[in-house]
Amino acid sequence: MSFQKTITLKVNGVNYTRTVEPRLLLSDFIREDLLLTGTHVGCEHGICGACTITFNGDSIRSCLTLAVQADGAEITTVEGMGSQENMSKIQQKFQEHHALQCGFCTPGMLATCEDMVKKYPLTSEDEIRDGLSGNLCRCTGYQHIVDAVQAVVKEDKRDVS
Amino acid sequence: MTNKYIGSRVKRKEDPRLLTGNGRYVDDIKIVGQLHIAFYRSDHSHARICNIDTQAAKCSPGVIDVFTEKDICEYYSPVIAQSRMKNYQATVMSILAKDKVRYVGEPIVAVVAESRYAAEDAAALIAVDYEALPFITDPKVAAQLNAPKLHEELDSNILVERSFRRGDVEQAFWKPQVHIKEQFRFNRKTSVAMENRTYLANYDCTLNHLTLYSSTQVPGIIKDALSDLLNIPGNELRVIAPDVGGGFGGKTSLYPEEILVVLLARKLKKPVKWASDRLEDLTTTSQAFDELIDAEIAVDADGKILGLKAEVIGDVGAYSIYPWTAGIEPVQVISFLPGPYKIENYDAHVRAVATSKSPTGPYRGVGRPCSTFVMERLIDLASEQLDMDPKEMRLKNLVQPDEFPYKAASGIVWDKSGFVEGLNAACDAINYDELRDQQARARDEGRLFGIGISTFAELTGIGSRISASPGMPINTGTETASISIDSTGSIVARFGVASHGQGLETSLAQVVAEHLNVSIDSVRIIHGDSDAVAHSTGTYASRSAALGSGAAILATRALNVKLLKIASILLGDEEENIFIQDGFFFNKNTDKSLSLKALAKAYYSQMGSIPAELKEEIGDLSATKTYDPLWGTTSSATHVVALEIDRISLKVKISKYIVAEDCGQMINPLIVEGQVHGGVAQGIGAALFEEMVYDEQGQALSASLADYIVPAATEIPRIDIEHLDVELPPTLSGVRGMGESGTIGAPAAIANAISDALAPLDQYVTELPMTPERIFRLVQAAQNPSS
Ligand code: FES
Ligand code: FES
Repeated sequence: MSFQKTITLKVNGVNYTRTVEPRLLLSDFIREDLLLTGTHVGCEHGICGACTITFNGDSIRSCLTLAVQADGAEITTVEGMGSQENMSKIQQKFQEHHALQCGFCTPGMLATCEDMVKKYPLTSEDEIRDGLSGNLCRCTGYQHIVDAVQAVVKEDKRDVS
Repeated sequence: MTNKYIGSRVKRKEDPRLLTGNGRYVDDIKIVGQLHIAFYRSDHSHARICNIDTQAAKCSPGVIDVFTEKDICEYYSPVIAQSRMKNYQATVMSILAKDKVRYVGEPIVAVVAESRYAAEDAAALIAVDYEALPFITDPKVAAQLNAPKLHEELDSNILVERSFRRGDVEQAFWKPQVHIKEQFRFNRKTSVAMENRTYLANYDCTLNHLTLYSSTQVPGIIKDALSDLLNIPGNELRVIAPDVGGGFGGKTSLYPEEILVVLLARKLKKPVKWASDRLEDLTTTSQAFDELIDAEIAVDADGKILGLKAEVIGDVGAYSIYPWTAGIEPVQVISFLPGPYKIENYDAHVRAVATSKSPTGPYRGVGRPCSTFVMERLIDLASEQLDMDPKEMRLKNLVQPDEFPYKAASGIVWDKSGFVEGLNAACDAINYDELRDQQARARDEGRLFGIGISTFAELTGIGSRISASPGMPINTGTETASISIDSTGSIVARFGVASHGQGLETSLAQVVAEHLNVSIDSVRIIHGDSDAVAHSTGTYASRSAALGSGAAILATRALNVKLLKIASILLGDEEENIFIQDGFFFNKNTDKSLSLKALAKAYYSQMGSIPAELKEEIGDLSATKTYDPLWGTTSSATHVVALEIDRISLKVKISKYIVAEDCGQMINPLIVEGQVHGGVAQGIGAALFEEMVYDEQGQALSASLADYIVPAATEIPRIDIEHLDVELPPTLSGVRGMGESGTIGAPAAIANAISDALAPLDQYVTELPMTPERIFRLVQAAQNPSS
């Protein structure tokens, strides 16, 4: 076995220390080593966005990141966003607006949506579509995803005012 | 009685698990000790295999074993898709290439290792020597009888040949007012489900039983095929399609990797998994379209279609796909070409030609995206010559509301569906006349603004009278539901159909709950499992809502008869005085009531509560029924799109998109809308971006998602939907299938709109997808007419 490196990181609030090969993808680490299979891989070359996770507060592609780069990082995957009994607001809006069909792109979509809702005003549909453009969905045609994000933005505004 | 669930926007039952990362796709299933396969695949499109060196791979760390065809051929029979079609030549496909390779990506060697990383490392050490054979990549050349053959044992590369003829075409084309003759090309595309194909086989030595977890749309078909090919009795084999991340046709066929994981799991007595990567998925999952269509239409001065002719070559790739055969796409192009129009004189001929490219197979819409593209282009070309509005010309030729059932020129019979109503509704919704005014103003400003219409019909929910693929000897006409109530009063409904995004867990629960008069939360749906019912073929061809709901209705009816008998005894009154509501049985005459749970408990567990003879007659509280809609039904729709081509960047911007569709009774409008949006998005992809590009050597050039463009949210417009309220079809539930419709209509509508936009330049569309490069070429041609 080739050279190994020990990493320590926090995923969904839990601390892990693991020894990994330097070439191991973060997506594989999450799915195979931590058995958090909610993070999906659709291309492993950075286009589809299915593997998107929250990494130190930003949405990133876990297939373009090595596990060793996550040493010391704080990560949230879809499993950390909400539970079946207690879904987060964006998860609830996805269900209400039928923003998922097969559900394969969904964990990545949710990570992206949460990031953009946090960072951008999202005042127009175009702005939301721009924000979604790094995540491919083959089932929904995006409209219901846009609707779900709009609903979150609307409620957030109401909550603030 | 008003419906409680059917027709309601019920939130999906599957969503909470999928939204929280608790979905279970095949690659999420990890079995202790599972081994991983990586393939060495051909990088030649047509070559003889001279030598395979696996020595280094065998010694690579973590490798369990390495297999070539000669190591496994004794354990299975090769894959041969059968057909009753005349002039059909079946191909023989082995799991791993034997002697020669016929497309780039064909598996040659399988490495089994402890991890996927180790398997891929070892696969990279394999060396194969080839002797190049002639490329067979141009379907026109391959169709010639003296062309080099891809399968030496066959007579030619023509796997399927078929004609449809009606009326007197020669007469129709004798000096018509308008005669359009054009060559159309719909290039090759592929499904691109977001989940790549993945298989995991688990052999249980103790029970001598094998379970295959497959990302398939058709677990029943896969089980039947594996049982035959590997000679495994059906009771030792179970195929489960757990959560599946999209299919779109690409997961309806049997694949070599799928057979191999099962074969190796039995041989090695270990769980064996193969998870495709995107490169493998793009190059080896069944591809779509690739049709070359020479078509002619004759039209009289009033705009009435006199005759239609077509000569079609379908490039079907290297093998006739199992079980659908190479006929599935090309033959349906000419079956559906006359569309929803009255065309008395028709002459069409198709050849499905093998080439050294990846095999094609069913893809959302099958045949009809191509046939609709061609027919709708012909109508627009003719109406332009007649100086007639394209909507007007369609109205003149559509089968009118009082003309159903109508037998189309290819023999398809359309039952009543809102053809004319759909066209009118779509045009009204988009404000067609005003849109034309807007276009006139835009043109005055020199802008390239286009409006495109497409109207089409499809057969859905087809039963046993028509095969889902022409000539295929597999029963695609029935589905079974098995509903049971156990001793705790819990309801389980089992189906053979399989969901991969359609939300069948929800829509079938709606149907069962509605007809049993119970809460939807009390119904558990099991689907996508070959153990659920004795026979099923799964989900494809817009069939599952229609067939699944029909079977559910029959089974609930039978179950209700049993329940009523028991309730009448337990509530001490005649059956006609008993009714059920929200899971409770009531006696009209007394205030006595009984919950379903109490009924089940009394029936199963209280000795003496029911007379023994009656108990013997009723058996357990379950019913299994099979539904066959015989001929199926007609679904139809009209799409209208408005778009603009930017003069500088040549980017196509869709400003309005409307779909008016007749899908009969909606079970869940939320799901219907989602299907339309998703279908249209794939149709837009097919019209503007998506193409599997092969060079003349048969190398796939668009083998990553950076090169094969799947539309993102920025490429897809808002899509408005009008549901037509017309007579319900004769299916048991009144449902017409609608899962494919969006993809059928969109390419034609966009092709027409781009042509309309380019009309000021005297250019029009004959080829799809209309990539930026193709639009550029048209604009160039307008600027330099001589070149
Ligand atoms: S899997 Fe990471 S972007 Fe596709
Ligand atoms: S829901 Fe299937 S890919 Fe997005």
